[in-house]
Amino acid sequence: MTTLDDLHAKLDGNERLAADLKRVNGDPGAVAALFPAAGRKYGREPLTDGWSTDEAARALLLAAVPPEQVGDIYRYGDTAEKLAVLKALPLLPIGPSAVPLLEDALRTNDTRLVEAALGPYSDHLDQEAWRQAVLKCVFMGVALNKINRLSERADPELGAMLRAFADERHAAGRDMPPDALALLDQLKEA
Amino acid sequence: MRIFDPHIHMTSRTTDDYQRMADAGVRAVVEPAFWLGQPRTNPGSFTDYFDSIIGWEPFRASQFGIRHHATIALNPKEANDPRCRPVLDLLPRYLAKDGVVAVGEIGYDSMTPAEDEAFSAQLALALDHDLPALVHTPHRDKARGTQRSIDVIKESGIDPGRVALDHLNEVTVDAARDAGVWIGFSIYPDTKMSPDRMVEILRKHGTERVLVNSAADWGKSDPLLTVRTAEAMLAGGFSAEDVDQLLWQNPVAFYSQSGRLDLSDVDGAEATFAGNSILRGGS
Repeated sequence: MTTLDDLHAKLDGNERLAADLKRVNGDPGAVAALFPAAGRKYGREPLTDGWSTDEAARALLLAAVPPEQVGDIYRYGDTAEKLAVLKALPLLPIGPSAVPLLEDALRTNDTRLVEAALGPYSDHLDQEAWRQAVLKCVFMGVALNKINRLSERADPELGAMLRAFADERHAAGRDMPPDALALLDQLKEA
Repeated sequence: MRIFDPHIHMTSRTTDDYQRMADAGVRAVVEPAFWLGQPRTNPGSFTDYFDSIIGWEPFRASQFGIRHHATIALNPKEANDPRCRPVLDLLPRYLAKDGVVAVGEIGYDSMTPAEDEAFSAQLALALDHDLPALVHTPHRDKARGTQRSIDVIKESGIDPGRVALDHLNEVTVDAARDAGVWIGFSIYPDTKMSPDRMVEILRKHGTERVLVNSAADWGKSDPLLTVRTAEAMLAGGFSAEDVDQLLWQNPVAFYSQSGRLDLSDVDGAEATFAGNSILRGGS
């Protein structure tokens, strides 16, 4: 998995970012204006391994502030900022303290936020919340292959929930997404 | 015909409206922060609203292939409520957002000292954040309110070319024209301005630095009155190029002054986001 060191190395030549990171180290409050402007200031082009420049820069800004500020940055973030925070969570030394941010993202109806909440950091979500999140993905049409450790974590209870959902869809003359049917099959075989 | 509605409160509109707008050629909108029918009582009520017009509403618009930007401000009416005024301190967080293309709606409602203060403070924020300003003119005592707004704009030091003075009419248009600001007109079913009256104003003032919007909100209003105005222009002898200038190029030019207007995905793009369409009915 990509680490903060990898991102640092890739962004080594970005002088504006280097100066701003130094500034944030001395004055963590400065992040409130810098974090939203990341795309405009540092660029948006693809950087490395699924990370764009602004996402990577935002991860480094998050790593530069005290962990207790992460929640506030998420709270006041627009969608792109919230997505960047969710993406950076597994890289930050914060343990499970940011689970409430996942819960917030999972309460939205924005498919991008729901999907982003089910990345590697979702290992910290309890099984009950995680099952509801997977079911919500099926409901909203989020591709299940985006969910971290799906086949490992899928359990008979999730199977029962998916089965019931498939029955409802069938009764309404509607199809289940193929990836959800495949997951149901996998759970049947287990 | 491509339409950019530079002032519309989509948070009050239905998905049927989005569909009709998309079908009629509306490809981009700007949603200014304003009051709701029900007065707010605390800053948190504003921030949830701001989050909505920079988060959920652009997502909703994208489902119909419409690009959505916002303007952020404490509106003049609620600037009078001391319980709401602390939101001024939170505005810089929102004025830094990619999707925020102006400070607005600011200006006057009842021309009180509290409104004076909020108006000036927010013009200063526009200067600080290098953003244009969208200024609402009052519905009551409009002529004096417009003149006073122009005076405050001049005093602030902001370039008048970066200010739109909105909800103008036959009585207030000349003073605004003379001040060098962009002149805005909200086309309403019965009240502010009608398509035919608008065509007469365009005959007199031309299409340069003019913005026409529906200002559709939670009151009796119609998000297609931009389109009806375009039709009235064509029927009245204006060319298709005049219509495109008024209803696309002008709002693009005004809000491009923010450096943040992004219309990259509305020229023939399909209504999906991140490969997903939830038009078939998410939640």
